[in-house]
Amino acid sequence: MIPMEHYLIVSSIMFFVGVYGFITRKNLLAVLISIELILNSVEINFSVFNRYLYPEHMEGMFFSLFGIAISAAETAVAIAIIINVYRLANNIDVRHIDKLKH
Amino acid sequence: MGFTVYIILVPIVMFLFLSLGSKWLKPRTAGIIGTAGMAVSTLLSYFTAYRYFFVEGQQNGVYAKITAFTAEWLRFGDKLHIDMGVLLDPISVMMLVVITTVSLMVHLYSLGYMKGEVGFQRYFGLLSLFSFSMLGLVVATNIFQMYIFWELVGASSYLLIGFYYTKPTAVAASKKAFIVTRFADLGFLIGILILSFNTGTFDFGLLTADNASLAVTTMSGGSFLGLSAATWAMSLLFMGAAGKSAMFPLHIWLPDAMEGPTPVSALIHAATMVVAGVFLVARMFPLYVFAAPDVLTLITYVGAFTALFAAVIAITQTDIKRVLAFSTISQIAYMMVALGVSGMGGHAGEGYTASMFHLFTHAFFKALLFLGAGAVIHAVHSNEMENMGGLRKYMPVTHITFLIACLAISGIPPFSGFFSKDEILSAAFQHDKFIFAVLWVVAGLTAFYMFRLYYRIFWGAERRYDKHPHEAPAVMYVPLIVLAALTCVCGMLPFSKFVSSDGAPFSAGINWGIASASVLVGIAGIAVATWFYKKASDRPARAAAKWAGFWDAASHKFYMDEVWQFVTKKIIFRCVSRPIAWFDRHVIDGTMNALGTMTEKASETIEPVQSGKVQTYALVFVFSVLIITVGVFLL
Amino acid sequence: MNILSVLVIIPLAMLLALLVSRNRAYVRTVVTVGFGLVLAAAVAVAVVFLQERAVSSEAMLLTSSTVWYAPLNIHYAVGVDGISVLMILLSSVVAITGVFSAWNMERDFFVWYCLLAIGVFGYFISLDLFTMFLFYEVALIPMFLLIGVWGNGKKEYAAMKLTLMLMAGSAFLLTGILGIYFTAGGTTMNIMELSQMSIPMNHQYWIFSLVFIGFGVLGALFPFHTWSPDGHAAAPTSVSMLHAGVLMKLGGYGCFRVAIFLMPQAAHELSWIFLILTGISVVYGAYGAVLQTDLKYINAYSSVSHCGLVLFAILMLSRTAMTGAVLQMLSHGLMTALFFSLIGVIYSRTHTRDIREMGGLMKVMPFASVCYVVAGFASLGLPGLSGFVSEMTIFVGSFEHTDTFRRVLTILATTSIVVTAVYILRTVGKVLFGPVLNPDHLKLGDAHWYERFSAVALILCIAAIGIWPSGVQHVIYESLQPVMEQINLF
Repeated sequence: MIPMEHYLIVSSIMFFVGVYGFITRKNLLAVLISIELILNSVEINFSVFNRYLYPEHMEGMFFSLFGIAISAAETAVAIAIIINVYRLANNIDVRHIDKLKH
Repeated sequence: MGFTVYIILVPIVMFLFLSLGSKWLKPRTAGIIGTAGMAVSTLLSYFTAYRYFFVEGQQNGVYAKITAFTAEWLRFGDKLHIDMGVLLDPISVMMLVVITTVSLMVHLYSLGYMKGEVGFQRYFGLLSLFSFSMLGLVVATNIFQMYIFWELVGASSYLLIGFYYTKPTAVAASKKAFIVTRFADLGFLIGILILSFNTGTFDFGLLTADNASLAVTTMSGGSFLGLSAATWAMSLLFMGAAGKSAMFPLHIWLPDAMEGPTPVSALIHAATMVVAGVFLVARMFPLYVFAAPDVLTLITYVGAFTALFAAVIAITQTDIKRVLAFSTISQIAYMMVALGVSGMGGHAGEGYTASMFHLFTHAFFKALLFLGAGAVIHAVHSNEMENMGGLRKYMPVTHITFLIACLAISGIPPFSGFFSKDEILSAAFQHDKFIFAVLWVVAGLTAFYMFRLYYRIFWGAERRYDKHPHEAPAVMYVPLIVLAALTCVCGMLPFSKFVSSDGAPFSAGINWGIASASVLVGIAGIAVATWFYKKASDRPARAAAKWAGFWDAASHKFYMDEVWQFVTKKIIFRCVSRPIAWFDRHVIDGTMNALGTMTEKASETIEPVQSGKVQTYALVFVFSVLIITVGVFLL
Repeated sequence: MNILSVLVIIPLAMLLALLVSRNRAYVRTVVTVGFGLVLAAAVAVAVVFLQERAVSSEAMLLTSSTVWYAPLNIHYAVGVDGISVLMILLSSVVAITGVFSAWNMERDFFVWYCLLAIGVFGYFISLDLFTMFLFYEVALIPMFLLIGVWGNGKKEYAAMKLTLMLMAGSAFLLTGILGIYFTAGGTTMNIMELSQMSIPMNHQYWIFSLVFIGFGVLGALFPFHTWSPDGHAAAPTSVSMLHAGVLMKLGGYGCFRVAIFLMPQAAHELSWIFLILTGISVVYGAYGAVLQTDLKYINAYSSVSHCGLVLFAILMLSRTAMTGAVLQMLSHGLMTALFFSLIGVIYSRTHTRDIREMGGLMKVMPFASVCYVVAGFASLGLPGLSGFVSEMTIFVGSFEHTDTFRRVLTILATTSIVVTAVYILRTVGKVLFGPVLNPDHLKLGDAHWYERFSAVALILCIAAIGIWPSGVQHVIYESLQPVMEQINLF
């Protein structure tokens, strides 16, 4: 059996890659993908902890499933927003989308 | 004698009726109603005088203070309360007679004089308001009631001086009169505060009873800046009196007040309101004598100086009403001096009687002079002497009555002024020879300037008149005749039998030595005036040129107006009000605005931190978490 | 239901009725009938109060109390004494005359106006510190919109300044109220119950200062008065009336009801500081008014002077002076409302408030001018009008103290009556008398019937107090008994 640490290493890498992407990418789609990375890394953790630490329970799995559903919905909303932003501003660079502030 | 309250109520009802109904009343009707109302008050006053002096007034041979009516108006705390009431004593009854008589004459006269003026109804309404206030003042039972009516006469005087409200000079004069007297009233008010605080009462009866023993016991101590409470209170009260009675240096408003209609000048600024100060001092007389004799000395000297000062100025004025105004100041000062030199009781109180007597006679002859002057102004449409001369042919009634009044004020027997002036002079002679000498000189000056006025109006070269001057209508000259008759006879009254400092009648004979001295100086004054002015000549001009500097100063009223202007405009406005306005706008408001600006600046400074860029927030967030985590592990 | 609550419910109902109204005639009907009912209710309260007073010796009458928020012991507690009854009468008179002066205003204006009325009446009937504070805030907030939206001149600036300064005062006040609550044991917010407890002396000092300054800001206490000239000048007529006439009284009333009543000992010991400040207000406001050229600024500074006198008299802590203070609140409320309504009349026709540009208006609009002269006389304290009665009561009462400090201050304060005469007569002389300066003004008309109504109603009240003061004075004097008992403990 693959030790739990391996899963955790993978999810940590995914998490920090996501965080790095969220902070540095300027393209909204890339930012969105980064968020997905973060969410997925968290879901991996849920499943892994569930499976290794409390094999007789299923809460972690359920939580992951919820997470997947929510991230799907969130992505749908986000993409809708991004498309509208694109229509409005003709680009999706976060540095230029500041109409609401000024 | 409860009916006396109607003497006061009738005029106030008239005021309300005339001023509220002015739109619906015809001018003539309004005038007649106002005059009729005044006539009712006059008859009631005469009846009161008869009842008081001959039927009810005397108790054990002394004229007592009778409270005919009283009602509590306002209560301060447990002790002090203001009552509204009617107090009858010799001087208040005498004043009732004087005020209603003169007021009735003025009402009648105004029917002719003010005919066709805009605001005729308003004029009569205001005359009623004034009569009400003045009557309320003299019958006051306590000093606060007096203060209340004192303020009301000030306000009605303000409204009447400013009757021609479109004329800027009239507006300025009315404002000046009100503010100067208001300033003096401040003294009056503070005096009342000190007095009532120490004695615990406002009531005249309690204050003056037993030779003012209440004030003497409670107020002789309590010194502030080295003067006793009594001295402070009584001198502050005198300040109020000086303002109303135009004593130096608060006299500056009275000459300007001549901007009002002439009948108003006759009523308010000659016969009644301006003597309120004298009346106040007379009312509080026992307190002055027993609690604050120093103030009485002050009154004497202020009075003597004012008498001389105003008489000198009167010689140089060319506006006939201003001559009369200065003459009024001088004569009121005479009354003040008489009070100042008086003692209490019997012959020692002769000055008191003399003062009231002079007030009585002066009211009639000075009102007569003003109304006569009004008739002249009515005829020639000018106040200036240059535009007059030789009018005796055209206006015989005015001429004769004016002459009678001039003789009276000059102290020529048998006219009323002779008797009262003689009494004042003899009281002064007994008290202080120096004061007597001043008054004696003033008597001569008075005769001189009055006859200067007389000759320049009725004698001298005839001017070219645009319209033929004509005698005033009957409604105007009847009051002149009535007042002239009073001037002829009222001097013969045995005044000391009725009015005396302690209420006990005594007989004051004529001191023939002093009488002859005063008549002599009067005749001398008249003779000089005749020499100068009876025929047009260059004598006056030459004399004036000889004394040019002095003449100039006197005709500019010794620059007192300018001094006051300087004090108010330059010092109070420029050095107090302007800095305060500036301070308020810039320092205080500036501080408040600065607080606001600082808040705004602070917000602008931290604004960039809240950039709205989520990625920056995330970065800060991540690093903060890292730092905290590392920190936690390390510690 | 308690009769006092009616005073709050009627404006609330009016507010709801206004929200559904669409045309101007409907709005006018609602507000005139509504504020008429308020006036009737206020008179009813006064009558009921007098009947109750005859048989009861309780400090507060018509009381009732409902729990509102139990954990902090907050109640909706109402009750009145003679002073609050008079304040309620004053507010209802000024409110209805204000409606007539705002005859041509739109619906939204009146919505806020009603909210303001709710705050004012709620404040005067409250016995609970917290609800009192709540209503106080309710009265302040609409002011921002009323000035900011319907004002003129530098209206945004003035509205912002006024609201911020008063809010700062509220912050002081809230701290003070919490201080009172916790230092007195944290069991009640009811003023009458609090007065039976004792606040430790070391706390009284700071709480008294906070509360006094907090209310003092609204009472135009020097140096926190500068919102007043700008605010009044920018506000529309009826808001100026209500603000100067009623809202500034909230300050004086609060100082008296909360600061002095609950912390008499601190009041005793700290009064000298505040006496100096209020003394400055009195004289400074008067001198400040002398050189102003805007009619409303003149009145605003005059209000600083007159309201300063209210606080001054309250701090004298003598029964007569406090009676005078309440009389002065009434008198100033009526007189200043009259002034502002007339200034509104003049301004709506000449479109200027600069006294240098006007002259001889007496000829053009005699009715308004005569009323203005009457208001002026009331302001400078002519006997027969209310100003005289209140000022004299204050001066006599303040002079009762034997110490030189207070007597000298009193004498200084009396000098303001001369200065008042100067600026009033200056204004009257310039604006109303003299020749007509601007030929265009000759075409102007006199006051309309609704403007006349306000002026006449206010003058009648002023004259009523001036001619027969003893009735009102007696009610106030009696109501001061509880306060005097508190003060006399020390």
